Amino acid sequence: MGKTKMTPEEMSAKLDAVLATHKGEGQKALMSTLQQAQGIYGYLPLPVQKKVAEALDLSVAEVYGVISFYSFFSLKPKGETVFTVCLGTACYVKGAQALLEKIEESIGVSSGDVTKDGKYSISACRCVGACGLAPVILVNEDVYGRLTPEELPAIIAKYKEAD
Amino acid sequence: MSMVNLTIDGVSVSVPATYTVLEAARKAGVKIPTLCYLKGVNVAGACRVCLVEIEKARALAAACVMPVSEGMVVHTNSPKVRATRKSTLEMILSDHNRDCLSCIRNRNCELQTLADEYSIRKITFEGEKSPSVYDDKSFSIVRDGSKCIKCGRCVAACNKQSIGVLSFLNRGFSTSIGPAYDVSMADAPCIYCGQCIIACPVGALHEKEESEKVWDAIQDPTKHVVMQVAPAVRAAIGEEFGLPYGTRVTGKLFAAMRRLGVDKLYDTNFGADLTIIEEGNELLNRINNGGVLPMITSCSPGWIRFCEFYYPEFIPNLSSCKSPHQMEGALIKSYYAEKKGIDPQTIVTVSVMPCTSKKTEASREQHQNTDGLRDVDIVLTTRELARMIREAGIDFCNLPDEGPDMDLMGEYTGAGVIFGATGGVMEAALRTVADILEDKDLPTFEYKSVRGVAAGIKEAELTLNGKQIRVAVAHSTASARKLLDSIREGTAPSYTFIEIMGCDGGCVCGGGQPQVPAQDLMDIDIRAERAKALYEEDTVMPERKSHKNAEIMKLYKDYLGEPNGHLAHELLHTHYSPREIYPDSLAE
Ligand code: SF4
Ligand code: SF4
Ligand code: SF4
Ligand code: FES
Ligand code: FES
Repeated sequence: MGKTKMTPEEMSAKLDAVLATHKGEGQKALMSTLQQAQGIYGYLPLPVQKKVAEALDLSVAEVYGVISFYSFFSLKPKGETVFTVCLGTACYVKGAQALLEKIEESIGVSSGDVTKDGKYSISACRCVGACGLAPVILVNEDVYGRLTPEELPAIIAKYKEAD
Repeated sequence: MSMVNLTIDGVSVSVPATYTVLEAARKAGVKIPTLCYLKGVNVAGACRVCLVEIEKARALAAACVMPVSEGMVVHTNSPKVRATRKSTLEMILSDHNRDCLSCIRNRNCELQTLADEYSIRKITFEGEKSPSVYDDKSFSIVRDGSKCIKCGRCVAACNKQSIGVLSFLNRGFSTSIGPAYDVSMADAPCIYCGQCIIACPVGALHEKEESEKVWDAIQDPTKHVVMQVAPAVRAAIGEEFGLPYGTRVTGKLFAAMRRLGVDKLYDTNFGADLTIIEEGNELLNRINNGGVLPMITSCSPGWIRFCEFYYPEFIPNLSSCKSPHQMEGALIKSYYAEKKGIDPQTIVTVSVMPCTSKKTEASREQHQNTDGLRDVDIVLTTRELARMIREAGIDFCNLPDEGPDMDLMGEYTGAGVIFGATGGVMEAALRTVADILEDKDLPTFEYKSVRGVAAGIKEAELTLNGKQIRVAVAHSTASARKLLDSIREGTAPSYTFIEIMGCDGGCVCGGGQPQVPAQDLMDIDIRAERAKALYEEDTVMPERKSHKNAEIMKLYKDYLGEPNGHLAHELLHTHYSPREIYPDSLAE
């Protein structure tokens, strides 16, 4: 995967730099701070939430509450390969739930989680704007539309081979 | 103040321009129902129960957030308003676990009252119930998500305390209320002050009930049950039996407890008087021997947890004194047991407290002796005691006036009584410390500058025998935070002694006290009403200074020895340790 990884120290220094510009700003700075923090870490683990809360003068529960409200924030790290299943209305009625379950079964973790080895993660999302192709899944940035559960194993296998 | 004229249901009123329609209606004698609104705590406009029709406005408006304006014409009882309110209520009830019959708030629930007032007979949109948690893992607080109507009053109450344990989690149909990661209250950085319980209009938050344990102990012939009751309880329990706010019911309270069948009945005021002797001497020691100052009181377990979680650097400032009921519990299982020839293993100590945090305090391992005997076995809230009294069929309002058992540990002074109001511990301590320093029985001993609820932080300065004593009193953890921040930043004067109570108004408004309906809170300041009852009792007591309690003096002479002495330390003092907020392991 193209991106070079930062060391934990580099990530922490970067986060501190972000937080230093928002000291005591409260709720109004929370969204953008969390977005930047997720940009650095790839997700928002508890120690990061605690640092954000402390810097902005918010409680950890407030910070967590906002993270849990928006589906684009993630509490768990993403896998090297990321499966995203659209559960928007169009996809849902065309059977996206079955696709989700099939992928969960195949990689062995449930939605919102990542495999122990960090290789695969799966999550659901709202409408991605490709309703004409419903049901839709994304694997990393690749879009697959009009899928049936039967077609899934081949697609999953493709990404498993790749690494 | 600029005034505004408007008409509500045909009644003309003139109100300050800052009023909302809800407040103006109150003034006009028109009742508008509310659910998410809680004066001074939550003004969110979220539940839509308070909708009213305003002429020339396009849509119905939420009265609790709608500002008044000149010439406004409001209708609170039009067919459209009634129909909308009814369907709003039906909506809320459709996702509600409606088992009123076995609910802790049965007959004392704002939602149930509204359902009754609006003649809700069937729920038209019966649907799937949203997911919910039931959490009874802590010693103090139970969360029952199936009863939660997501009004946000608890969230606002906890934020008002400047703690922020509770938050809205997730979104839409899955919205719930809880700490980060929806962990149990046992694992959250919660101080168990119970202000969220007091704010909750329904049965979604309540104390962990322990009255069954008390009934069992009373029934058990091998157990000797000793019950004590805190000062603040007498200022509020009357509300549970329909008496007006602020009615002092000391006599009936003791009569009712005696009729439950306990073996011995004491007043925690004895422990309060004892606290003053121990704490006063600790303070004098610190002043004379260069100890850590300011010394801060330790009676409020909510405040203690707040300090341990959020201001651990102030732990050395905390008085090492246990809280009054813990002292009293420790003595019941030692002094009392010895004098009465009762095996302490058979004694069950029960404390009736205005506080939910006391339940957790009593479970602290520092509050057990070396044999693992707890100072206090069971803590009941004021509400739990009221339920027991009802369950026993006792006609509370027609009871005669009685008192505690007057042997060994029954006596108390006016100084003990005022512990229940903010400023009371400080005033009680000053009454004794002043007499010791001046070495006489001072004729004036009321310190009115530390009384009252208008200010969150109160101060006083006095010179005693040439010594400058500067004191401060803070109530609510939000005020404590302000005070401690100013000390930390070096902007505060150098205080000698500080009283901190976790709850706004002190123990009289603790998390175990009767819940007051939000509609009543629009008209009264419950903190002041209840405090009045305690200051009244103070004035009628024959002795009003703790060191004049003859039984306390006898206790030192016959048993404890010196204040702050060896045995006193072993039985009456404790220690504290910092606590970690959301340990990282919680997220795993
Ligand atoms: S919370 Fe109120 S309405 Fe709901 S079950 Fe309890 S008493 Fe009934
Ligand atoms: S008990 Fe106090 S600290 Fe805990 S959640 Fe309730 S209001 Fe907040
Ligand atoms: S727990 Fe009670 S106060 Fe909190 S949101 Fe639910 S119903 Fe409202
Ligand atoms: S609902 Fe899935 S793409 Fe729109
Ligand atoms: S919206 Fe006014 S009381 Fe809830």
